[in-house]
Amino acid sequence: MTVSPRHCCDDYTRSQLIRNAAAQAGQGLPSIETGMPDPAGTGLTRRHFLARASGLALAVYGASKLPVSIFDEGIASAAQSDRVIVSIFLDGGADALSILAPTGHPKYFQLRPNLALSPETGTAFSEDPSLRWHPAAAGLSQLHSEGKVTVLPAVGYDSPNQSHFTSRHFWEVGELDTNGTTGWMGRYLDLVGSDTNPLQGLSLSGTLSPALATANKPVAAVDGVTDYDLWSWVDEPISDELFRSFKRMGGFRSDSPAMEHSRRAISSTNRVRESLAGFGEFEAPVAYPDGNLGRQLSGLAALLGAGMPLHCVSVNADGAYDTHSDQQTELETGLRLTCDAVLAFQRDLESRGLQDRVLVEMWSEFGRRPEENGSAGTDHGAAGTAFIIGSRASGRMVGEFPGLTSLDEDDNLRHTSDFRSMYCSLLEQWLGQDAGPIIPGASKLVRPKLVRA
Amino acid sequence: MKTANKRRRRGVTTYRRKRWVDSGEGVVHKKTKIIRVRGSRKPPRKDPGPRPLPRPQRPRKPTPPQPFGTYRGEFGRLEATRLLNRAGFGPAPGQAEKLARMGMEKAVLSLTRPKGKARLIGAAPKDGDGLPLAPADAWGHDHLWWLDRMVRTNQPFAERMTLIFHDWFATSNASVSQQQQMIDQYWTIKSHVNGSFESMLLDLTKDPAMLQWLDGGSNNRWSPNENYAREMMELFTLGADRDAYSEDDIREAARALTGWTYDWVDDVGTINFRYESDDHDPGTKSIFGKRGNWQWDDVCRFCVEHPLHPDFFVEKLWSYFVPTGPDRSTKKALTSIYLKSGRRIRPVVEAILTHPDFYRCGPMVKPPVVFAASLMRALELTIETEDWTWLSSSAGQQLFYPPNVSGWDDERWLDTSTVRARWLMVTIALDSKRYDPWNEDDPYRSTENTRQALNRALETFGWPAMRAEHQKELISMSNRIRGRITEEWQDAPYRALRQNALLQLIAVSPDMQLS
Repeated sequence: MTVSPRHCCDDYTRSQLIRNAAAQAGQGLPSIETGMPDPAGTGLTRRHFLARASGLALAVYGASKLPVSIFDEGIASAAQSDRVIVSIFLDGGADALSILAPTGHPKYFQLRPNLALSPETGTAFSEDPSLRWHPAAAGLSQLHSEGKVTVLPAVGYDSPNQSHFTSRHFWEVGELDTNGTTGWMGRYLDLVGSDTNPLQGLSLSGTLSPALATANKPVAAVDGVTDYDLWSWVDEPISDELFRSFKRMGGFRSDSPAMEHSRRAISSTNRVRESLAGFGEFEAPVAYPDGNLGRQLSGLAALLGAGMPLHCVSVNADGAYDTHSDQQTELETGLRLTCDAVLAFQRDLESRGLQDRVLVEMWSEFGRRPEENGSAGTDHGAAGTAFIIGSRASGRMVGEFPGLTSLDEDDNLRHTSDFRSMYCSLLEQWLGQDAGPIIPGASKLVRPKLVRA
Repeated sequence: MKTANKRRRRGVTTYRRKRWVDSGEGVVHKKTKIIRVRGSRKPPRKDPGPRPLPRPQRPRKPTPPQPFGTYRGEFGRLEATRLLNRAGFGPAPGQAEKLARMGMEKAVLSLTRPKGKARLIGAAPKDGDGLPLAPADAWGHDHLWWLDRMVRTNQPFAERMTLIFHDWFATSNASVSQQQQMIDQYWTIKSHVNGSFESMLLDLTKDPAMLQWLDGGSNNRWSPNENYAREMMELFTLGADRDAYSEDDIREAARALTGWTYDWVDDVGTINFRYESDDHDPGTKSIFGKRGNWQWDDVCRFCVEHPLHPDFFVEKLWSYFVPTGPDRSTKKALTSIYLKSGRRIRPVVEAILTHPDFYRCGPMVKPPVVFAASLMRALELTIETEDWTWLSSSAGQQLFYPPNVSGWDDERWLDTSTVRARWLMVTIALDSKRYDPWNEDDPYRSTENTRQALNRALETFGWPAMRAEHQKELISMSNRIRGRITEEWQDAPYRALRQNALLQLIAVSPDMQLS
């Protein structure tokens, strides 16, 4: 049955080509390597299709050869469209007392004999001089000094749950309900989103982010924003028929939830393939740090720059924040990559003139226990920090730092703001949508000012 | 006597007539009918004609609901395939038919209580350079090593149960120092999948990979670490938000669990896993209202003897096999089987696999490694490339690297990123099955029609049952591709590409993604 290929692919088997494509996708945004043969199916037809369908490939495949008017049109139509919110998740429960260290509180040094941040390092937090930015959070500190960061120094909820999964779930679904099945951004998209554009809710972390999970509107997940192609042993033009049939398999009637899940995924996959195939070369206008978040955010800025119809975006921060042991080293590396990437992203947006369209929400499922444990780490806590970042962020702290003298019954930090209030404000002040139908109990929640008019 | 003579005198001619018989379950067999005719008159020989396409899969007529007990409905190729997909890694060619002939209960027992030694059948796996795997040392080879066992084993049930408990006690090599420690944990889990859950919990509590992953090895009397105690209750034995335990229970249990420790040696990693009584907190602890100087194994025992544990156990185990939760009477019956067996795992699984709901429920999405293994079993492939590791990772499931301690999320296997990875898995799998459209020395058959093309593609996968709408789409695609042939030079190459397209579309279709 096996027949060896006769044409092309001298040095590469197709399998290696596929592997290369994925490796590139993992690194984000490479240019196509010199000498690498163009595999079948990535010919001009597809590029033209992209150009005709959405005006997107322009920046990718040599915009200089194409009339600038089309490029401008793409930007213009996107500029009139909705604002973008980007959720960055610090997985594991990031230690609030390290990111903004309460070095002005004597109790801090009793609770953290080994882990306390020295009052000499980092930079002072101008809104509360008893707090200092971790040196690795210099990127955030810089943006805060420019008035582009709204800090929630102790955000949480009543009766805090110290399970990663339960607490993260609460944050993702935007309510204190373990049975919630749709994300808070997903419900927003269900209300205002499109029936045909899965890019409106885009997860850049490879798998669908639960915060984006919708009930009936399509959303998408990609590993990276480039090389989203479906390779096969079927060359053009026959591959057109394969994709047509694949698309149809996503459209038939379903008679079970698993079939429905499968059909939706096929349908969205094909749509993303049509929009992103060949989204290849571009140069980021600013330097990004070397982590995964930097790669994802630089790709995101490029997508927004190309006028892609994104609306709610979700991505995971670099680093592992469940620092039960060896916290200092574990936290430092990931936090620095994350904060540097956020700073670079803001600069990237500014250089593209997109800074007024994008707001970042950075969060973690909880903060950590104020008292350190015996493994040079900290255990699960309650209130944590969240940040709203962007040129349109209010830049004014929401809720004060509660201090360390009156902890809750589990010896954890008390919250001075509620994450659901934060969502209400983001929905109403940034996305212009009444939070009532989206966040349960919205009418009883306060609306802190998060967005500059 | 008289009659026999008469018969002999008249003479009897025997001849064979071949004909096509549709099983109704996705495959058309050639059957031979022996026909005897008296006299010397020989009827004209009949050719069975071209092989027709199998009738598409029709949903079974629903069987009436039954109280808890044993499934009594039809047990054919479709049911056997489901059993193999959910309690194993899908059928190898012919296996579903073989199982269907046994009848349901024997088929289940043939999986859960196989006779003879476990063996790996066929050629050993290789990496991309044709070398043997190095599962303890080379990145990704641990995944290939286990995937290969799933593909080649003659006892898939034990491998599937090990996968289930790898997910249940999800430990990730991401914070374990050596791949060998994860492979050791694999063997530990495997040794208990047919035994008691308590023994498994005890062994995993002191398992080196687990002691690193959930900080059990850095939990000591001077600085208790709650990580393991919490996850043991929340994820392994009792479940969150059921009022089964309090924050105080976790803290006290963490104290009782103190004592396990290990050493770190540069260039080696973690070694000398042991219990040090000096590290153990000898004080009185109060766990679930019981006061005493409890030890680590007391905590394990308390958790499995907790009145809320059996419910949690059977419901969680059920969820790996049936997409909707068990009803109240089923849950009750399962917990009673669990308790009566001395909290053993296999009797509960057997009750689930013979339960009416298992056969009557809707489909489930195959986990990515199950999809990969079932594809390889159907196509009779051996691992010859490391692509299977990163593709599985992109599809959302790299063995020994669950995303976190709660394991993989079975509700969200399919999205635009993971479907793409599954598509690429199919492309890799078809590398040795595809046809080269441009081979002039051995050109593809230039007269193949749609029916022949589709039969050939279905046969390659061992006749998977296709739903009507999918089979119709395969036919429609074949005809459209035929319509693109306008020049003579396209006759063979486009038919070869059509065959490649059929193989791809069958394997990425929902029929193959679901179990």
